[in-house]
Amino acid sequence: MDLFHDKSASESDGDTTDSEESVYSGLEEEPDTSDDEEVKNDDKSDSENGDNSESDDDESDKENVIDNDTEDKDVNEEDTNTVNVAAKNKYNDKNNTRTTSQTVEDEYYHDSSDEEDIRNTVGNIPMEWYRDYPHIGYDVEGRKLIKPKKGDELDEFLQRMDNPDYWRTVTNKMTGQNVLLTKEDVSLIEGLMLQRTPGGAKETYEPWIDFFTHETMIHPVTNRPADKRSFIPSKWEKLKVGQMVHAIKMGWMKRSTEKKEKEDDEPKYHMLWKDDEENEATRRYRANIPAPKATLPGHVESYNPPPEYLFTKEEEEQWLSQEPEERRMNFIPKKYDSLRLVPAYSSFVKERFERCLDLYLCPRQQQTRMNINPEDLIPKLPKPKDLQPFPTQQAIIYKGHTDIVRCISADPTGQWLASGCDDETVKFWEVLTGRCMKTLKVSGTPRCIAWNPNPAICLCLVAVDQSLLVLNPGLGDKILISNTDSMIQNKETSEPAGKSPPLSWTVCEDDQYDEGYRFILSHPKEITHVSWHGKGDYFASVMPKGDSKAVLIHQLSKQRSQNPFSKPKGLVQCVYFHPIRPFLFVATQRYIRVYNLLKQELTKKLMTSCRWVSSMSIHSGGDNLVIGSYDCKLTWFDLDLSTKPYQTLRHHKKAIRQVSFHKRYPLFASASDDGTVIVCHGMVYNDLLQNPLIVPVKVLHGHKITKDLGVIDCEFHPTQPWVFSSGADGTIRLFT
Amino acid sequence: MVGEKKKKYESGSATAYMSRNQAIKKLQLNLADFRRLCILKGIYPHEPRHKKRVGKGSTAPKTYYFAKDINYISHEPIINKFREFKHFVRRLKKAINKRNTDAANRIRANKPKYKLDHIVKERYPSFIDALRDVDDCLSMCFLFATFPKTAHTSYDFILLSKRLTVEFMHYVIASKSLRKVFISIKGIYYQAEIMGQTISWVVPHKLGYDHPTEVDYKIMQTFTEFYTTLLGFLELEDKEGTTKMNAEFREQHEERLAALSQSLQTLHAGSEEEEIEMDDFPSENTDDPDQIEQVKVEAEKLKKLQNLFKGLKFYLSREVPRETLVFLIRSFGGEVSWCHTVSVGSTYKEDDETITHQIVDRTVMPNQYLSRYYIQPQWVFDCINSRQLLPVEDYFIGAVLPPHLSPFVQEEEGDYVPPERRSQLAGQSATDSGVEVVSDEEDSEDEDEEDKDEEEEKESEEEESDESEVEEQTTNKGKKRKFDTSGSGKKEKPTKGLNTRSMSVKAGELEVDNVDQRLQRQTKEEKRLAEMMIPKKKKRLYDKMMYSKKKKTQEAKVLEEKRKSIELSKKSERKRKRKSTS
Repeated sequence: MDLFHDKSASESDGDTTDSEESVYSGLEEEPDTSDDEEVKNDDKSDSENGDNSESDDDESDKENVIDNDTEDKDVNEEDTNTVNVAAKNKYNDKNNTRTTSQTVEDEYYHDSSDEEDIRNTVGNIPMEWYRDYPHIGYDVEGRKLIKPKKGDELDEFLQRMDNPDYWRTVTNKMTGQNVLLTKEDVSLIEGLMLQRTPGGAKETYEPWIDFFTHETMIHPVTNRPADKRSFIPSKWEKLKVGQMVHAIKMGWMKRSTEKKEKEDDEPKYHMLWKDDEENEATRRYRANIPAPKATLPGHVESYNPPPEYLFTKEEEEQWLSQEPEERRMNFIPKKYDSLRLVPAYSSFVKERFERCLDLYLCPRQQQTRMNINPEDLIPKLPKPKDLQPFPTQQAIIYKGHTDIVRCISADPTGQWLASGCDDETVKFWEVLTGRCMKTLKVSGTPRCIAWNPNPAICLCLVAVDQSLLVLNPGLGDKILISNTDSMIQNKETSEPAGKSPPLSWTVCEDDQYDEGYRFILSHPKEITHVSWHGKGDYFASVMPKGDSKAVLIHQLSKQRSQNPFSKPKGLVQCVYFHPIRPFLFVATQRYIRVYNLLKQELTKKLMTSCRWVSSMSIHSGGDNLVIGSYDCKLTWFDLDLSTKPYQTLRHHKKAIRQVSFHKRYPLFASASDDGTVIVCHGMVYNDLLQNPLIVPVKVLHGHKITKDLGVIDCEFHPTQPWVFSSGADGTIRLFT
Repeated sequence: MVGEKKKKYESGSATAYMSRNQAIKKLQLNLADFRRLCILKGIYPHEPRHKKRVGKGSTAPKTYYFAKDINYISHEPIINKFREFKHFVRRLKKAINKRNTDAANRIRANKPKYKLDHIVKERYPSFIDALRDVDDCLSMCFLFATFPKTAHTSYDFILLSKRLTVEFMHYVIASKSLRKVFISIKGIYYQAEIMGQTISWVVPHKLGYDHPTEVDYKIMQTFTEFYTTLLGFLELEDKEGTTKMNAEFREQHEERLAALSQSLQTLHAGSEEEEIEMDDFPSENTDDPDQIEQVKVEAEKLKKLQNLFKGLKFYLSREVPRETLVFLIRSFGGEVSWCHTVSVGSTYKEDDETITHQIVDRTVMPNQYLSRYYIQPQWVFDCINSRQLLPVEDYFIGAVLPPHLSPFVQEEEGDYVPPERRSQLAGQSATDSGVEVVSDEEDSEDEDEEDKDEEEEKESEEEESDESEVEEQTTNKGKKRKFDTSGSGKKEKPTKGLNTRSMSVKAGELEVDNVDQRLQRQTKEEKRLAEMMIPKKKKRLYDKMMYSKKKKTQEAKVLEEKRKSIELSKKSERKRKRKSTS
């Protein structure tokens, strides 16, 4: 029973698909009928109707319904015609529809074998989709087709028990109605199951009637005379052949045999470099820059590297957070316990591709690889050991000041040291013992201190704000002190003619005199720098903001001041006298000007190439000078050589505050904000052909950096190779 | 007579260079074709010295080619082929769109083809030139040989490169020119020495290939197109006088060839295997006997390396990378076979009693033969790199393998050298100095036992290490003290005086250190002072060099410290274990 169910289902499926076949039927209408006609010669004329039923006639359909027997014969006939599959299918469809028509007459009214089943218009869809709905589809007018009432299991059972035809009742899936199979249907199905010809035809192979026989007949089929064109060769063919021949000749067209040969040939290699003796003509016209070879892998890339090469967690995180361009390696080192665990490297193809890109896109440039030993870059200089003596270690610390020690100065005998501090005191120290001999309270910050270079005069200049103090500290030889005082009092009173002096000297008396004050020269602006002439009679003071009175020269013996320059040339930093000749060095922010005091003219202008000159020092010979600047540069000028620096040293990391030459030894020192004093050997030769030799010999540490200031001032001992330095930490240090 | 006024940018470097767009315009090609042409002809951009002069005032980033280069390739016949191909495509499209199949077939049959032979010859005028540049070529062909059949690449090239690489490997085996191998996580690196040229290439690991999308396969294919041609010619030249294969033969034996187990000659002729002639070193021009001696020694070493695995019979388990190992073992004179079900070409079976080594890569091996060693594949690689047969104990089944080191690293001063490498180097120098390396089996077994004994000794030493360290330190101190007495006799006396009160050895020692330190400090200071005097121009260079040097030493230091900490932790763990067991 089940089998039948299945069959019917499949048949009904066939029902739905017949739309496909209808296409064929349309196309093959003609041969179909012709074949049938031939068959019909043997059979009844009635069958004609049945055959023609394919052409959608209502009448013939009806006939089918009535005449089952004729149909059956039709079936037989058609089955004999096994060649035509389409026809057979059609027959099957028809057969099916016919059977349904038996139960529901009306249904068949709409049916036509060519078109799709229009009782239900849903088409060829799985009918399960309508399982949950009350209807099963729509008819042509769009009305719902309500599912016929179906009994429950009990009804089914009763039906099975009671109905003798139950076994041949099947359900049409499309309409949901029960269909009773006829005897013929059943026999047909049984035949199909046994793989017999459906319908149980007796003669499967009909005798073949050969109309167009292979035997040559003596009479022609038609009597028509042959055309002329059958006698003469075709013109168009000739043209075509001509074209082809031409094409073959030209090689545009290949014969099939040739083609095969051609395709066979794979890349053929021959001995390319047989004669390696290459003539120069074919060589490339210029040197080819070969691409650098790819770097070979190191231990890191191993599949089983030593454990130290593997990333720690931090390293891995860093690697992951970096941009791919930043990474030093383009992979994370990994360790695998055995070779079989090593996977394919995911970006292998990409790396190869990148190499390809490098090869043809990367600009190449020949670069001479410098194979320099870094040691060779260091200039060969005499060793500092051979250049002794120079200060090497810290010997004494002079403590007592509580603020930045701005300035220091040693007296010409080298016994005393004067220092000015931001706590508005000036202290006098004994050099060898480090004892503070005297403390003077002044009204303001002492900016600069200068001891008279003449050992016969015991005087000291202190620049405090706007006033310049001339002090007699009263230290050392009593005779010397009294001599000095008497010398001051016996001033040459030769009054200057005409011009009034730029400022007046105030002679101190009483208390001030006792404290050591001798004169006070009050300036209109703040004094930043004072310096003595080598003989100790003249001294100069600098007021950067003093405009036309920026530089003043004072004479001690006449107690007189004069203004050498009528017009300021920039912000004057410091002023020094030439140790031998009547020259004055004036350092402005960027240039050093050398004036001849006798001729009253400018003799030289030195280009310092610094941003801001901080200090200057002149060699005892007078032909060389050193300049320190706030942009960390130390420049050595050789006046005989040129107005441009002879050498620039950049060994300080911060601004240079002070530079100073030793009076006897070939030494100079520079103090800087980085807390160091660098002592250099600066040998000047008498021979004019030999350039000065500059060798840094010692870096002296000691001062602490406070408020971003390190060493403020430094000065050499006048006779010994010792250097004093004062710092922002409130100490003065002696290095010996 | 006044000469014509010279105009700017009409001579010199402004005309010597051509930007890419100018070049394309001149050649009348599109960008893609221009690129192909550049790849095939080996034309590359050049970085001009003075960009502003070349760019006629602008310094915009541009790629510049030599104008001469462009003029040179403008005569290339391949350009015409490119144009023909363009027309071919146009005609074919038209025919297809008109549904004119006949025409389409005809057009297709007449597809323009070009050859690259002349370009190879042009780019590499001599054979050595070509060999010098074959690195990238080999890597590329080996990569293509592993590609699956996809739409990205032409299958012809894959097949061709497969064939060429196999043939190349055959050549390397026959000429015994392989020198170094290295398994990296990226692939397996090989280095061979062919006719005095060092050639290295990389072959990817074959497991789990996936196609990256950010790669332009067209460019890769163009490269491969050229490279296959080059490699084909090279191989032919290499094989000159040995064998010449024809296509038929190749088809018949494709698989057998790929198995690499037999030499080409035997496969080809089926005749006896020819003994490769030993390299004869004719008397050199140099008269220096030392040099000749050196050359001889080198040659002997090389010969030894080439026959490293001679007399050994290997058997490969199915889980090891067969192709690689067969290539290696056969290159160094060993015999090798594998299970016949894995691949064709196996020569003997697993139950052969003469097998000396079986290479396995699994944790357990149930049925083991006593007559052979079961070792992991890394042994083969390490043996080749260290140029001797290493003891097999470290490579047994389930053993923790010693680190696999790169043979390509040339240690320089200041580099970090891992301790394994250091010991390896020491071993090499020992063997170089004349200590015979025992390669016979029995001897090696003996060695093994000895090794074990040594190991035990080591362990016992480690146990005592703490004490011995202390002892060592004291002995060192003693030595130093002696040095002190010899160096500065004056300072000894006061320390002696101190000694009577308390055994203050440290005081004396400290002073010794001071002397050294002072000297050091002094030299350092001197150096620092001298550094100050480096002129500005050189200072930059010097600083750069010193920076890189410093960085290098820092890195080395980091690695060393890492290693130390790792070893310490290992030691402590071992101790803990020992304690827990006892």
